[in-house]
Amino acid sequence: MSATAERPATRGFVGLPIDRVDGHAKVTGAARYAADAPIAAPLHATIVQATIACGRIIAIDERATRAVEGVVDVLTYHNATRIPALPFDFTAPSSEELAPLQSDEIKYDGQHVAAVIAETFEAARAGAALLRVEYESRAPELSPGGARTVEQPEQWFGSDAQPRRGDPERAFEAAGVRIDQTYTTPIENHNPLEPSATVAEWRDGELIVHDSTQWVRGTRAVLAKSFGLDEEKVRVIAPYLGGGFGCKGFFWPHPLIAAMAAKLTNRPVKLVLTREQMFTSCGYRSETRQRLRLGATRDGRLQAILHDVLGTSSRVGTFVETAGGVTAMLFDVPNIAVTHSIARLDVPTPTAMRAPGEAPGSFALGCALDELASACGIDPLDVLRRNHAAVDPSSGLPFSSKHLLACYERGAEAFGWSTRPQAPRAMRDGGELVGWGVATATYPALRSPAQARVVLGADGSVDVASATHDLGTGMYTILAQIAADELGVDPRAIRVRIGDSSFPIAPVAGGSMSSASVGPAVQDAARRAYREAIAIATSAGGSPLHGLGEDEIEACDGGLRSKREPSRAIAYGEIVRLGGSGAIEALGSAAPGDEGERLSFHSFGAQFVEVRYDEELARLRVSRALGVFDCGRILNAKTARSQMIGGIVWGIGMALMEETVRDPRAGAVVTNNFADYHVPVNADIAAIDVLFVEEPDLAFNPLGVRGIGEIGITGVAAAIANAVYHATGVRLRDLPIVPEKLLAAQAAV
Amino acid sequence: MRTSERPAAPARSLPLTLRLNGRDATFTIEPEVTLLDLLRERGGLTGTKKGCDRGQCGACTVLVNGRRTLSCLALALAHAGDAITTIEGLADGDRLHPVQAAFVEHDALQCGFCTPGQILSAVGVIAEGRARTDDEIREAMSGNLCRCGAYPNIVAAVAAAREALR
Ligand code: FES
Ligand code: FES
Repeated sequence: MSATAERPATRGFVGLPIDRVDGHAKVTGAARYAADAPIAAPLHATIVQATIACGRIIAIDERATRAVEGVVDVLTYHNATRIPALPFDFTAPSSEELAPLQSDEIKYDGQHVAAVIAETFEAARAGAALLRVEYESRAPELSPGGARTVEQPEQWFGSDAQPRRGDPERAFEAAGVRIDQTYTTPIENHNPLEPSATVAEWRDGELIVHDSTQWVRGTRAVLAKSFGLDEEKVRVIAPYLGGGFGCKGFFWPHPLIAAMAAKLTNRPVKLVLTREQMFTSCGYRSETRQRLRLGATRDGRLQAILHDVLGTSSRVGTFVETAGGVTAMLFDVPNIAVTHSIARLDVPTPTAMRAPGEAPGSFALGCALDELASACGIDPLDVLRRNHAAVDPSSGLPFSSKHLLACYERGAEAFGWSTRPQAPRAMRDGGELVGWGVATATYPALRSPAQARVVLGADGSVDVASATHDLGTGMYTILAQIAADELGVDPRAIRVRIGDSSFPIAPVAGGSMSSASVGPAVQDAARRAYREAIAIATSAGGSPLHGLGEDEIEACDGGLRSKREPSRAIAYGEIVRLGGSGAIEALGSAAPGDEGERLSFHSFGAQFVEVRYDEELARLRVSRALGVFDCGRILNAKTARSQMIGGIVWGIGMALMEETVRDPRAGAVVTNNFADYHVPVNADIAAIDVLFVEEPDLAFNPLGVRGIGEIGITGVAAAIANAVYHATGVRLRDLPIVPEKLLAAQAAV
Repeated sequence: MRTSERPAAPARSLPLTLRLNGRDATFTIEPEVTLLDLLRERGGLTGTKKGCDRGQCGACTVLVNGRRTLSCLALALAHAGDAITTIEGLADGDRLHPVQAAFVEHDALQCGFCTPGQILSAVGVIAEGRARTDDEIREAMSGNLCRCGAYPNIVAAVAAAREALR
């Protein structure tokens, strides 16, 4: 025991709020994002996009473009590499089935029609501005209401897209209290601050691509398939991403254009999308129209939920914004009917955006529950508690670890909820109306097979590698912490290398699954390396630990030592030298088993919000937000908190300002910049607090971690809309809640 | 869209010397090259980021003669002789500038893409004496978007750096 007490604290890093290990690189400008790839003298490609939504190209006049000094070539469907249709499947997931620059057909405004390749960025930009493309245009279909093609997908990503149980219509009709409302959410764009970029280079028949992708191996798979190459002949590199939030997850056409341009010119090519192009080139969150019918008893117990969701998709790809995805799971309701429909329009393809489905779905459902509370004259938090589901009602399975009631409890106490008056317009501070709202946060816990490699070097170095990503999520840091705990090494001394398709397999950085997938793989690799080090240290002649058994040894401060005689110690570098093979290298892997057949895995949380509304100025702001989350074990208290704050900021943006507007006749995005598409700025964000109900979910994986990337946004918009109702007495069911809508609604009262 | 078919005039390039992170740097560039593209594409200084290329995000913020400047809206040739400080020029060798150190300590960054611009803005805002309260920091730093939503931590970092720089 005394040896343990004396042992330096070289374990127990997991969970600590240690500084981001990539922080230094990011504050000094040393972190290289895709467009910063150190490639000497690349050519620059600028994309030209269609200015009609439906029709075809009838002529392309390149003369003025080619006359610009420095323009090298122009890539159009006339000279582009022929590429077969791109599949949307799980090995090579392309968002669009249509490869770029293959024909004269135009399927949406913003479709890539050409790339101008030049010696300088300036020449490429000038050349692109001078390219004359003539179109033959047909009237596009742009509105989901009344679209000619509306589909009802049976499944989406393996889940039932039309779940049903009981007799919801009858139960709704028979209910003592009925809510029947329609909620709408607009198109939103991810707008990571880093525009998507690709630097492509062909070297001896191999394609090397620096790309802002959340999935190096997925991108590699599509590129390989497109060019008819073995996957080993393609390498995709993405050590840093300037945010992604989903728009860099599936494959989009522009990396293919960069690779084609590099092939055509036999030079490295750098292609960076403009901010304007980001609005049509890498997905967006579909608008949703959600009709929700709740039937309940007079004391607020749900008897039936009917949730009908209409979203959109394009002519060239499919994405279903499954806003009703959590409806069947979240509350203890015997009768459920959820439908999802998508209208096919002449628009770009939507995609996953932070909490796809859950974000707009939790808005509608969270508001409807609040309306139910008002109708019953019950505190909204009590309605949430009363309908709490102890087991997953959608599958009948028990939850692996659910502490939602504790989130409500702790949140209510920290927020001061018990002093909330029931009636709207009952709280004032100076000239401002004050309102409080609450809603439930939820996101499924997902996990994929993953691998990682740990290498102990003769110089004492510890290297961790996996083809995963850090989008700002803290992956670099938590992987170092996990390996540190297994090896007894300071995490700051560990070199983590990620974002390279040549590294061991990791899934897309999406679905909040990276920590739960890659973390256990790193743990496994580090354990294997540790055991290998013990095997050498206990058997090699010159080792101070020679002859000891495995259980007599412990890790300490960058090496191993005897538990009983701590002075008998040896550093890892020394062990490696004794081993004589230059390095100790271990490949670890981890994968989910059949636990999903017995248990339901979800994260939960409670969002509490205070808004203030100045009626004189029609100024609405969120003055206070608190999120309490049940996400399993937290691997780094500092970076996890930041990520949750980020999610709540996203929720504030979603609730109050974000909206992509298309010209209703032509289909062009008219809000394609930061002056017209508003994201929260510093002055929009006041106090945000985050608490964790930290219960490790060890049935899910050996680290007990679920994901935290997406749950932070869920429920926020509902809590804000509910707080706006509480402050003003006005229900707004159409996001974003901008002052114009509040004024109009108040005038109508 | 312009439809001119005149070939671009040859030899439009002009010499430019500026003081870049404390050293003289000389380029030969065309008049339309922005300070941002000069730094990134010709100066090898990729720490300064392009988030919008139209003055709306702040990612390209550098200090020009000590003033916060959006380098995407500045034509490079207009800055002959000016002293430019980029994120690469802020640390003193291995010693981080107090604002850089505060950003790491307070986790005032996630993806890090806005961070160089945030840090240069913060250096300027503190030097101008406009970071006296949290509200003042929020206001003065609102030209620098952070899509990751690190704002509360950015405010904490700027306030801490202000104290460290006192
Ligand atoms: S790149 Fe200059 S302000 Fe956005
Ligand atoms: S840290 Fe990602 S945009 Fe600010």
